Amino acid sequence: MNKTLSEKILSRKVGKDVSAGEIIVTDVDYMFAHDASGPLTIDQLRTMGIQKPAYPDKTIIIIDHAVPSPNKTISNNQEKLRKWAIKTGSRFSEAGRGICHQVLAEDYASPGQIILGTDSHTVTAGALAAFGTGMGATDVAVAIGLGKTWLRVPETIMIKLDGDLPTGVYSKDAMLTFIGKLTMEGATYKALEFSGSAINNMRMDERLTLSNMAVEAGAKVGLISSDETTKKYLESRGRGEFFQKIMPDKKAEYTETLKFDASEIEPTIAFPDTVDNIKTVSEAAGTEIQEVFIGSCTNGRIEDLRIAADILKGKKVNPNTKLIVTPASRETLLLAVQDLTLQTLIESGATVTPPGCGVCFGALGGVPADGDRILTTSNRNFKGRTGNPLSGTYLASPATAAVTAIKGEIADPREML
Amino acid sequence: MNMEGKTWPFISTAWKFGDSISTDHISPGRYFHLRTNLPELTKHTLEDAREEYASNVKSGDFVVAGRNFGMGSSREHAAIMIKMSGAGAVVAKSFARIFYRNAINVGLPAIICNTDKIADKDQLSIDLELGKLKNETKGFELTFSPIPKEMMKILSEGGLVPYIKKYGDLKL
Ligand code: SF4
Repeated sequence: MNKTLSEKILSRKVGKDVSAGEIIVTDVDYMFAHDASGPLTIDQLRTMGIQKPAYPDKTIIIIDHAVPSPNKTISNNQEKLRKWAIKTGSRFSEAGRGICHQVLAEDYASPGQIILGTDSHTVTAGALAAFGTGMGATDVAVAIGLGKTWLRVPETIMIKLDGDLPTGVYSKDAMLTFIGKLTMEGATYKALEFSGSAINNMRMDERLTLSNMAVEAGAKVGLISSDETTKKYLESRGRGEFFQKIMPDKKAEYTETLKFDASEIEPTIAFPDTVDNIKTVSEAAGTEIQEVFIGSCTNGRIEDLRIAADILKGKKVNPNTKLIVTPASRETLLLAVQDLTLQTLIESGATVTPPGCGVCFGALGGVPADGDRILTTSNRNFKGRTGNPLSGTYLASPATAAVTAIKGEIADPREML
Repeated sequence: MNMEGKTWPFISTAWKFGDSISTDHISPGRYFHLRTNLPELTKHTLEDAREEYASNVKSGDFVVAGRNFGMGSSREHAAIMIKMSGAGAVVAKSFARIFYRNAINVGLPAIICNTDKIADKDQLSIDLELGKLKNETKGFELTFSPIPKEMMKILSEGGLVPYIKKYGDLKL
């Protein structure tokens, strides 16, 4: 046996040994569409003459991108999705419940599954050893209609992170460092697999950040073996029975193995307009920032909010900067209310918006002005990403975001910890 | 294959773009509300890369780019918009995975080939079956690797929707 994690999951799924390069047709465990691509998905189903999902209980419609809806066109589109979900008996995640990838992690994803979504960050589920991958509306429509999809079994690049991340350095910094090395196309058509002692020691929220950004290097999937942490996470979600241990074989073949020493990773920032345009925070310190956003499917979980709140406690957001905080899910929001994280953030001057994609993709609130620099904890910074092509988007960890909000310029979180 | 009456291969104009054209350049997120109004949305095709493209592109023109075309989001609108803008094909040094798949699914040929020597406004003819691209302006020919056969089946039906309508199943 010499299978990578991808080959293992896909072989189990199709019931025979498959290896990189093969094209397979496989069943899908969950397929979802959100309010940005959902209307097109159901239109494509209609055009194909398919009336209902092959498996309504595996089909999920999620309203997360525009929450709450800012205008009647979007409201009508969301209503169309809601009606379709009810009519077909599909699962439905209402506006305010959370960002699709966070909802999938909390309620659905488990090891060995195949998950398709009309969203590139469906790779997030890889942190739970689920083969999650993003596809376009038509591919997902076919999966909804037939319950299956076609895939090319990917080659795999192994990323090995050993050692301990220093204080003030997080999985986001590690991932930005990896992408800087891989470049934004370095893993195109391939899978990423993360391993090493630092990954083994990571909490699930930290792992979700890594897998989430696999697509920023072009990868099809970003997988992590399932272990005790996965098991505990599933148990905490009342889904313990879905745990199974999946890991690659010792002799699995990788096209490349990149090794990193966690102790050498520094707080890292991606500069506009590409995710691989990285600098260390020390190189970037002093760059003025007009807006800071803490949220998104990359870093909008409760642990991220707590990291930011610990730094912002008793301090004020700089008068030249705005801070917007958007919890990734309703549950995140509720936990942040219960443990007073939210109070700390609000007292510091943060504006808190409802669970959803928020500022991340530039269609809702928080659009930066011409010439502004916005620093966000999300995952991509292409020109115009946050709504204004005349502004620049910078990516960093929640800790870097919090100190930057206080200073009004890019600053090193290690100074305040 | 037919492009509004034109039969491959035909001669058309190249619109040259650089490396790393993202789906945000092609289909800016700020036009989210237009995603259910494709003709309106198409007026903004590639707006954040070259604002003049959408209003000046002619039916059959080629979008020619550098590396990693279509990186970023999975929004299929990006591929649909380029197709609806009238482009006959996208030619790039490399494509992001999801965009490539979306392009074929919506019936937009995506050709991987070295585009270094193609300049804006060059006249090109492309033969999909033979895998040849001819630069009529500069007088040279390039060969490109054919679209994988599984995807060619989808493309030759005009995309995944007509494919499924015809076969009722995925049989690649
Ligand atoms: S938070 Fe941003 S990256 Fe994540 S799903 Fe929403 S728009 Fe996409």
